[in-house]
Amino acid sequence: MRPFTYERAGSPAEAAAAAARNPGAKFIAGGTNLLDLMKLEIETPAHLIDVNGLSLDRMEATPDGGLRIGALVRNTDLAADERVRRDYGLLSRALLAGASGQLRNKATTAGNLLQRTRCPYFYDTAQPCNKRQPGSGCAAIGGFSRQLAVIGGSESCIATHPSDMAVAMLALDATVETVRPDGATRAIPIADFHRLPGDTPHIETSLEPGELITAVTLPQPLGGTHIYRKVRDRASYAFALVAVGAVVQPDGSGRVALGGVAHKPWRVAEADAELPKGARAVTTRLLAGAAPTPENAFKLPLVERTLGSVLAEAKG
Amino acid sequence: MKFDTPAATNPIDQLKVVGKPTSRIDGPLKTTGTAPYAYERHDVVPNQAYGYVVASTIAKGRIASIAVEEAKAAPGVLAVVTHGNAGKLGKGDRNAAPLLGGPEIDHYHQAVALVVAESFEQARAAAQRIHVEYERAEGAFDLAHARETMGDDPEQKKEDKTVGDFAAAFDAAPVKLDETYTTPDQSHMMMEPHATIAAWQGDRLTVWTSNQMIAWAAADLAKTLEMPREKVRVISPFIGGGFGGKLFLRADTLLAALGAREAGRPVKVALPRPMMANNTTHRPATIQRIRIGAGQDGRITAIAHESWSGNLEDGKPETAVDQTRLLYAGANRLTGLRLAHLDLPEGNAMRAPGEAPGLMALEIAMDEMAERLKVDPVEFRILNDTQVDPENPERPFSQRQLVQCLRTGAERFGWSKRNAEPARVRDGRWLVGIGMAAAFRNNLLTKSAARVRLDNRGVVTVETDMTDIGTGSYTIIAQTAAEMMGVGLDKVVVRLGDSGYPASAGSGGQWGANNSTAGVYAACVKLREAVAQKLGFNSAPDLAGVQFADGQVRSGNRSVPLAQAAGEAGLSAEDGIEYGDIAKRAQQSTFGAHFVEVGVDAATAEVRVRRMLAVCAAGRILNPLSARSQVIGAMTMGVGAALMEELAVDTRTGFFVNHDLAGYEVPVHADIPHQEVIFLDETDPMSSPMKAKGVGELGLCGVGAAIANAVYNATGLRVRDYPVTLDKLLDGMPPVT
Repeated sequence: MRPFTYERAGSPAEAAAAAARNPGAKFIAGGTNLLDLMKLEIETPAHLIDVNGLSLDRMEATPDGGLRIGALVRNTDLAADERVRRDYGLLSRALLAGASGQLRNKATTAGNLLQRTRCPYFYDTAQPCNKRQPGSGCAAIGGFSRQLAVIGGSESCIATHPSDMAVAMLALDATVETVRPDGATRAIPIADFHRLPGDTPHIETSLEPGELITAVTLPQPLGGTHIYRKVRDRASYAFALVAVGAVVQPDGSGRVALGGVAHKPWRVAEADAELPKGARAVTTRLLAGAAPTPENAFKLPLVERTLGSVLAEAKG
Repeated sequence: MKFDTPAATNPIDQLKVVGKPTSRIDGPLKTTGTAPYAYERHDVVPNQAYGYVVASTIAKGRIASIAVEEAKAAPGVLAVVTHGNAGKLGKGDRNAAPLLGGPEIDHYHQAVALVVAESFEQARAAAQRIHVEYERAEGAFDLAHARETMGDDPEQKKEDKTVGDFAAAFDAAPVKLDETYTTPDQSHMMMEPHATIAAWQGDRLTVWTSNQMIAWAAADLAKTLEMPREKVRVISPFIGGGFGGKLFLRADTLLAALGAREAGRPVKVALPRPMMANNTTHRPATIQRIRIGAGQDGRITAIAHESWSGNLEDGKPETAVDQTRLLYAGANRLTGLRLAHLDLPEGNAMRAPGEAPGLMALEIAMDEMAERLKVDPVEFRILNDTQVDPENPERPFSQRQLVQCLRTGAERFGWSKRNAEPARVRDGRWLVGIGMAAAFRNNLLTKSAARVRLDNRGVVTVETDMTDIGTGSYTIIAQTAAEMMGVGLDKVVVRLGDSGYPASAGSGGQWGANNSTAGVYAACVKLREAVAQKLGFNSAPDLAGVQFADGQVRSGNRSVPLAQAAGEAGLSAEDGIEYGDIAKRAQQSTFGAHFVEVGVDAATAEVRVRRMLAVCAAGRILNPLSARSQVIGAMTMGVGAALMEELAVDTRTGFFVNHDLAGYEVPVHADIPHQEVIFLDETDPMSSPMKAKGVGELGLCGVGAAIANAVYNATGLRVRDYPVTLDKLLDGMPPVT
């Protein structure tokens, strides 16, 4: 861990301004990912801005019948919230499929969206990794890739995004609210929030330098059956090989998002439209252009089979 | 005490304390966080500094240059140790590669430097400021490739064990099997990392460490530092798991000692979790070819088992064929080990070395063979039971209750309800199957000594360098001393894990329980004699007629409090158990049977264990409670081996990639729903005066195959490459409807 300075911000806008003043600064909320990465010197912020005291830990109904979730609402509280369990069951189930009780107690909504990949080469500072050290290369390509991306990867990076919560947020069409260093706010559709790696895999979101997430807003409830199926080698406390989040309506229409397959939570609008035709049709559209490695090619049939099982369960 | 004839009736047979389910006497220390582990021994010596290890980032080659100036100038740094200033170092007898590398590099994450600083954080930060330039060399990292290219080595084949004419018998067999199985590299990943505090007083060195084998650690530390053995003291009273990963001197201990010498003050070093996989030892991967031939009657006529594994120069093969020499009958036999040179980190013992991976293969083969013969797998094993060493039929087993284990397990598990036709049982979205395997692990005899003291309050204190690696050694040793001296457990104090105490068997190879308690038995026999003599009870040979019970010594009408014998000065006795050729005369082994039910998700092919049963016959069970804990822990490890554990090798650069607990998955609570253990009544008078054997490894042996066989029964899919992960099943799974 490198030495760093630390401050507690007084307001979201002040936090953003402080970040702009201190190049290399990082916000810290739950710290469940950042602190580990700092110990390994994968992250080396010179300055930490603690946002825990900013009263961003509330949930409130929005005028149009949705739900506004403060950036600092802990994963445990979000998953247990009565409104979330009733109206956004997909979100609750995705959260509970992730991490452990202890981690969910600390981890925040915004932090969950921003967690870094679990690619083992990213974690070993002796290995080349374009995400950790731009331009150094990618050891994962041609290496141990069983857990890694099958679609949307590039010659620079085949890492996956590890979040379960973000998969649900994507299927639910959430919006990420932010404040920028100049105090201006904006709302970013979740579909535009995470990026594909391209040749800049170290840039993972559309946030600008210093920009701070203040809330994540869900539109009004969709109804339907909410299923989150996380497939993994052990029964708990493991990252997804693939995860399928689906909201299925009684008429067979609905939405599907995937975890564990790409650099970001994965959803394709045209694939949603295929839902009434079944898992194969949806998967064909969802994973069109997939480029798996020999080690992770199993994820393609696994997605189709898992989705098939989810749709069968939705039908009841 | 020399033990070379079967044990007669002795005070242990009273079973007033021994054999009773007894909670661990160290339990309160563990549950209150007051058991002192190596890294937390802040009290033992003042002014401790922190060391942080710098590990090689190449697998093979040499250090061209190593720049330490920036690290030395970093805040709080007291010293930096590299091969350049460590002085001349030897190599421990039990280390394949030097624990401090340089200039030659033998494997990834081999230690190349230690940074010592005032705080842990300063040491860790400065460790990143050590700049090493390497000259990379080509290395061999791929076992499958090495196996293809090594060909037949006549020198290695010379060591093959053969009986009869395997080739001819196999040729002639009407039913046969010839299959190849693989097991991956595995990491011990015990909870407590390797950790040591080292302090010098002049030319004497004391280390507080976490080590299973005190005497080995002391000897190899002295040898590596080229100093007299008697000037090294090793202290390791509590160990947070070892599984064989702490059998040997490792880098934490050596570097703490070197760091302390360089810094001129005590230094503590723990290996960070990400170094555990590549810096320490691991269970080596195997490729195993098994051939079995049998008659239509189901009797094996020919059996061959060959195993390929790799290791560094001076490393040994994984002995995955050992159980096949002894487990089943068959007139024509061949077993052999093939060792390839690999430049991966050192392969060495992990819980049930040899048998664990060996049975993972053999017991699938037996399941396959039973199917080809259309014989029930349990009956097939019973049919091929042997009561004598198949390589030497004059030599019986001292005890062999394999058949009883199989029959008891089949009955208790409901084996008769199994549908022998695979992929026929469904429970909602789960395909359900059950499988079984035999368990086998040898019982090893090794000398072990102890000292016992009696004080004038009647308290018996036992001292031996035996270790408790979470197994219950403290408790069974206390039970032994209590039984022998006729006192309650509240009158026994046990002190372990200190090289200042008499040398014990140590903890490994499931030999600890029987040998270490036998050593305590021997010392107690001597103490009883001293007591009797002091009290004038020494008339009859072997103290016949003298009873030690309820804190009293009795003979005829006379009864004297035990404490009285001690007097003010106390009484002390030291002895050990040593074995003659008794293990040569009869084969000593432990046996068991594992039964497992699994569910396989019909869509995703995720495998989840639903219930497990182990039936064990392993001599006298000294403490059924701690023995059960040993076995269920081992069964859990077997689930990991069967379903998830694999060190992924990057064969381009030669290292284990998934080197932390996020990447190297071991079972969590949700993976272990229901486990049951049954111990058959058994005493083995050939094993020691305790008539006990070990269970800690038996519980792991066969579990993996039982699970793989259950997966086959559930799905009809035979996976011969561990771990049995869903990607190996998906292709054959039924369509999702």
